[in-house]
Formats: sequence, C-alpha cells, structure tokens
Amino acid sequence: MTSGTNAHFDEMVDGQGNVRSAYDGYRTWYDDQDQRWLRAQNGRAESFFRRTGITFNVYGEADGEERLIPFDMVPRIISGSEWRRISRGIEQRVKALNAFLHDIYHKQEIIRAGRLPLNMLSQNDAFLQQMVGFNPPGGVYTHIVGVDLVRTGPDEFFVLEENARTPSGVSYMLENRETMMVMFPDLFTQVPVRPVQDYPQRLATSLANCAPPATGSDEPVIAVLTPGIYNSAYYEHSFLADQMGAELVQANDLRIIDGRVAMRTTRGYKAIDVIYRRVDDDFLDPLTFNPESMLGVPGIMDVYRAGGVTIANAPGTGISDDKAIYSYMPDIVRFYTGEKPVLDNVETWRCSEPDALKYVLDNLADLVVKEVHGSGGYGMLIGPTATKAEIKAFAEKLKAKPGNYIAQPTLSLSTVPIFTKSGLAPRHVDLRPFALVSPREISITPGGLTRVAMRKGSLVVNSSQGGGTKDTWVLED
Amino acid sequence: MLGRHANGIFWMFRYLERAENTARLLDAGLQIALTSGVEAADDEWRSVLVTTGQDALYSQSHETYSGMQVPDFMLRGRDNPGSIMQMVENARTNAREVRTSLTREVWETNNETWIALKSMLATPITERNLGDILPLTRRQAALVRGAMEGTMLRNEIYNFARLGTFLERADNIARTLDVKYYVLLPNISMVGSDLDNKQWEAVLRSLSGIRAYRWLNAGRMDARGITSFLLLDRRFPRSLRFCVDKLESNLRFLAEEYGAEGRSHEMVREAARELRETHVDEIIEQGLHQFITAAKTRAVEISNAIAEDYRFIA
Repeated sequence: MTSGTNAHFDEMVDGQGNVRSAYDGYRTWYDDQDQRWLRAQNGRAESFFRRTGITFNVYGEADGEERLIPFDMVPRIISGSEWRRISRGIEQRVKALNAFLHDIYHKQEIIRAGRLPLNMLSQNDAFLQQMVGFNPPGGVYTHIVGVDLVRTGPDEFFVLEENARTPSGVSYMLENRETMMVMFPDLFTQVPVRPVQDYPQRLATSLANCAPPATGSDEPVIAVLTPGIYNSAYYEHSFLADQMGAELVQANDLRIIDGRVAMRTTRGYKAIDVIYRRVDDDFLDPLTFNPESMLGVPGIMDVYRAGGVTIANAPGTGISDDKAIYSYMPDIVRFYTGEKPVLDNVETWRCSEPDALKYVLDNLADLVVKEVHGSGGYGMLIGPTATKAEIKAFAEKLKAKPGNYIAQPTLSLSTVPIFTKSGLAPRHVDLRPFALVSPREISITPGGLTRVAMRKGSLVVNSSQGGGTKDTWVLED
Repeated sequence: MLGRHANGIFWMFRYLERAENTARLLDAGLQIALTSGVEAADDEWRSVLVTTGQDALYSQSHETYSGMQVPDFMLRGRDNPGSIMQMVENARTNAREVRTSLTREVWETNNETWIALKSMLATPITERNLGDILPLTRRQAALVRGAMEGTMLRNEIYNFARLGTFLERADNIARTLDVKYYVLLPNISMVGSDLDNKQWEAVLRSLSGIRAYRWLNAGRMDARGITSFLLLDRRFPRSLRFCVDKLESNLRFLAEEYGAEGRSHEMVREAARELRETHVDEIIEQGLHQFITAAKTRAVEISNAIAEDYRFIA
C-alpha cells in the first residue's frame, strides 16, 4: 500500500530539511564518505549474507530458491530518551501479557469483571484447554516476545501487534549489527551505539532461569526445537542454538524416557530441562494436539504438565497474538498493572460488533483489514491500494464471517532513509524490539529489528512481501 | 552430540569426498580422452561411469559415450542422483542440518563451494569449461578440508567427519582399482606383465598418486607395484591402508572419549591388522577382485556399525 499523502514523519530530517539530533553523528560521517565507495560496500553486504547463508524460503514458491532479505546499510537511529519510553512501554505490556495469560488459564477475573467477553476465549482455537489450571515453571508464559511498533510522529509510537507465540527476526538484528561493524568499523568509534550482541547469552540465562525446579539441574540443559532445514526461519534457529551453545533438536531426536524429555545423542538419551521451541503448538504433541502430525513428540505435554520440562514460550500463549485480543490490550494493561498504557494501540474496529462492521464496510477503501488469526501480511486487505473488484470481493468475505476480521486506519508510517544508487531516499519502517522474560527480570535488547519497505511509497515491510531490514541503533545518551 | 548431527557430519564429509573423487576420476578420464583416439576415449568414459556405479542409469538416457556427454551427466545430469552437483548439494543440506557443529569457516567454505559450482554448472559442459570446473571442485574440497584442519576442535565432531571422509575414500580406491583391473587385465595371467602405461597413469592420476608413485618407484609402472602402493602403502593418503589406519585412530579417539567400544571398533581393528600383515603377492595370488569385493562389503558393514554404535538413527 502507499501513503495517501507525503505528510509522514521522517526520522532523519525534519520538515525544514534539518537533520534531527539523533542522526547528527551519522550524517556527519555519511557526508564525509565517497559515494562510489559506499556503493561498493553496499554490494559487499549481499555477498556477506549469501556466504553466511542468511537466507530464507518463501512459502508457496515452487522452485524453492533461497532468497535473501534485502539489507539496507543506513542505520535506523533512536535516541536514548525515546528508547527509555519505548522500553518502559514494552515492559509494561509484557508484564500485562503474562498476567493476562495466567488469569485466563486460571480464575478468568478479567472476564468476571466484564472487561473481556467470554467468547474471546471460548471461540478461540489458540486457547488451550490443556493449560487450564496449570502453572508453567517460574510463572512465565511468554519467555520471548517481539512487539511490533510503528511510529507516526515525534512522540507517537503505537503497538501494531504482539508476537508472543514464536517471534522471529532476532538473528537479523544481530547479523545486521555484525555486518555494519565489518563494513563500517570507524562509524562505531564515532557514534556511541548501545550493543545488542549479548542477546544470545541473555536468552540462555533467561531460559536457564525458567528451568523446572523439580529436575534439580545446576546447569540446565537447553535445546532449541526446530521443524528442520526447510522452515523459513531455520537459519535463525541454528544461529541461536549455536550462539547459546544449545543443541538444535528436531522432534525425531526426542523421546519421553522416565518422565523426562530426552534427546538421542551419540552416547544415548540425555534429558532436557528447557525447550526453546520454534514450532507451533499444533506440532508439539500429536497425542494432545494434532494426531495427524508427524512432527511432534508424543507425550511431551504430559511431561510438561508434570513439571519435567519447561517449554518456551508456553503452549497456549498464541492467544495473545490474536488480533481481536489485541484490540483489548489497552484494557488488559490497565486491568493488570493498574496503570495507563505507556504505548497506545492503533485504533482498531472489531468487525464482530455491528456498528464497527458497518463503519468498516462503508470505509473499506481507506482501511486495512486483517484476519484475527493471520500473520506475515497474508490474507489482508489494504484498502487504499486495492482495486474496486478486490474491495467488493473482500466485503463479501467480511459479511460472511465478520468475527474473523479487525480493521485499522491506514497509518502514515514514519520513514528512514535507505541507500539507493542516487543517494539517500526515505522509506517506511516499523520496529520489532525483543523482550526476554524470566522470573527475575524483563530484559529488553536496545533496538530490535527494523523492517523497511524497499519500494518507494510502499507501506508493506514484511519480508515475505519484499521488505528489507536495517541495523537499529539506540544511542548512549 | 546428537546422533542425528553425528550422522549429518559423517555424510556431509562422505558426500564431499565423493564429489572430489568423482572430479578426480573425470580428470583422469579427460587426460585419456585428450591423448588417445576417440574409441579409447569412449572406453575410458564408460569405465568412469562403471567405477561410480552410474553406467546403468546413464544408458537409460544416452546412446553413446562420445564427446562431453559423460562429464555432463556426471557433473550436472538432472536425473543423476550421483552427479557432482547433487553431491555438493547433499553435503550442503547436511551442513545446514549440523550447522551448530561446524565452525563458521567450515560452513562458509562449504557454502561457497555450492555457490560457485551452482553457477559454473548452470550451462552444459564443454571441453573448454571442463578444464576449469574440475580443478575448481578439487580446490574447493581442499579449502573445506583446510578450514576444518585449521578451525575445528579435535573432538567427536571432528572424528565423525574424518570417519566419513576415510570410509568414502577407501570405498573409492577399491572401486577405482577394481574397474581398472577388469579393463586393464582381461586375463588373470597378465598380472605382473607389462602394462598399458597410459591406463595405469590414469589410475594413479585419479587418486592423485602419480607423483608419489614415480618418486617411490623410479618411474617403473607395473601392476604389482601399483596394487601394493594403492592398497598397502601406509604413507600415501589415498591408499586403502592409510584410510583404514585413519578409521582406526579416529575410532580409538572416540572410544577413549566415550570410555566404551562398539562393534565398529572391533571390525576396523581387524581390518587394519590384516592390511598391516598382508603382502601384495598374497592378494594377487588369492585374486585382486575377490580381495576388493571383500573390502567393499566390509566398508558397508563398518559404516552400518558406526551408525549403530553412535546412534545415528532412532
């Protein structure tokens, strides 16, 4: 989709063409560089990513060619004070999410209080009966959360969605930084950028802190559970396992032995304390979830419920990724923290409500309509760029199953320059910071993954639809 | 480490070794094709196919052995699961599976091999580009090996990689010698007689042993000497004995690490002992083909025993 106006907020340059203070240091450096050299460096970045094999497969593409996510070498820069507010907002939201998940799987006070309709749970496949009354080790549901933020003005940051199921992209955050440091080492001596490289260690610590107490391991054994090399995020799975010094297991490496989840090693079966799973709930346990699945570990849920293993993120957290639940997040934050949300939601119409549906149907050409269970930019309508026929067809789908959709205004996302053949050019971005939750603390890596729409005017940043990424800097100030 | 990862490492290095050996065979074939008549060239290409066990599949889609048909089939044949491109692809797929067991250098050199070959093998093979592709394949294999030597911890991962390399190489030496034995010595009485130097040179060349052999034997080419060199020499890295010694030392290292032995240790120790104590005359007397057939069967049994001892598969 394209923005209707040029009134969007540019993060580097203000309306008068002055460079904003966060970008001062970078811009001074940039103006000093030889353009030809910069263009050559730009080409080097791609071969770096290819050699490293930071590639992904796009679902539904026949030839199965591996693709690169385009990398742009101009950093996205956030000032220290901006970041303090963002991270405070994320921490608040993540706390509320965990409290919410605990509540809905226990007393459901939010429903008794009339702040959330019961059908949000009862009619939701992501609500897992198996989790009712169960306390995950350390009380943590969402060990790793990616919160998608968009910016529309100097102080206007909005949460677009939460990713509490199996958020991905953190490897790009880390590789982007590494690439930048290889390509422009001098830049990092001139601009004080907060480091991100300790994320894998923090993740390992955070996961270890959530190990089940009953197993009594001094040094908990952690494994990353991947669907395998054909998964689009496989690179990330192997990257994180590697960086954490954890085993990268597949379901067929695992078996239940003496009430523990054990992996088949060359020395025999070895028990695992914490599983950082990168598979969906459905593929965890064929006995519990999906009898057709060849991918799960039969009996793993029984071990989990008996306290023999920690699964991160906990099964059943996916419900908080639901876009209908999202629309209640401001209430959820208030209900569990007693505070006003630091970060606002994007205005959202629930099509399940007759008035909202009417408004949405009348204004389809201006709205973005999303499936409540969808992700990755699939199955959505982007009103401003859709044809009349597409809008008409979508209206029918909407009327047939209104509860399946929410709608949001077309936001004027902020822009950050990218490097093009003809110099710097503004492109729309979003931001996915990553938060780690353990019983001891919530740790948020400064920055996160900036996704950028590489096409001029485009607002679609999803990598599955041609979006790229940038290194994201939080300044030390 | 995970059994599945040990399996992946083992096969990654088997496939790499197989790709490299196939390139060496083609290189030797090319030498003959360039220096002998057309008929001899076709025979040579056919023998390369037989050595790698690809003759039957080739015959299904080809009428003749002439020109660049055989190298094209063996390097990039779409329907050929044993093509060099497919071997390199398999090695990379295994490397992706076991990526957490590899150093960055090993992963990257292996990935570069795949990238380079994929682009070079995008178009049909000609006499001209074959001379670039074969050395590239060997050079890339050397780079992966070098990266491994220089960066990998000498632990179980390294041992499983080496087991894959040397088991594959042993199998390849046996196959090469077996095929040549039939081509070169149609009649058993000819063993020990004067030979077609060019053919024996090709055998040695395909195993990168021509220089070493000449140096050790003052340039004399005879079947007995070459057989002894390729099967029993303990110094030559592409002799059967060298490979089996390496299998033995890597398995011994694993046994020390694990504090336990399995069936594979026993089998390899026995094979190594036999090769140490066997004289080339005994082999020729009992029949080279029988000896090699037994060796090939043994390689398969050892491979299976390793897979079982170290729980490669559930």
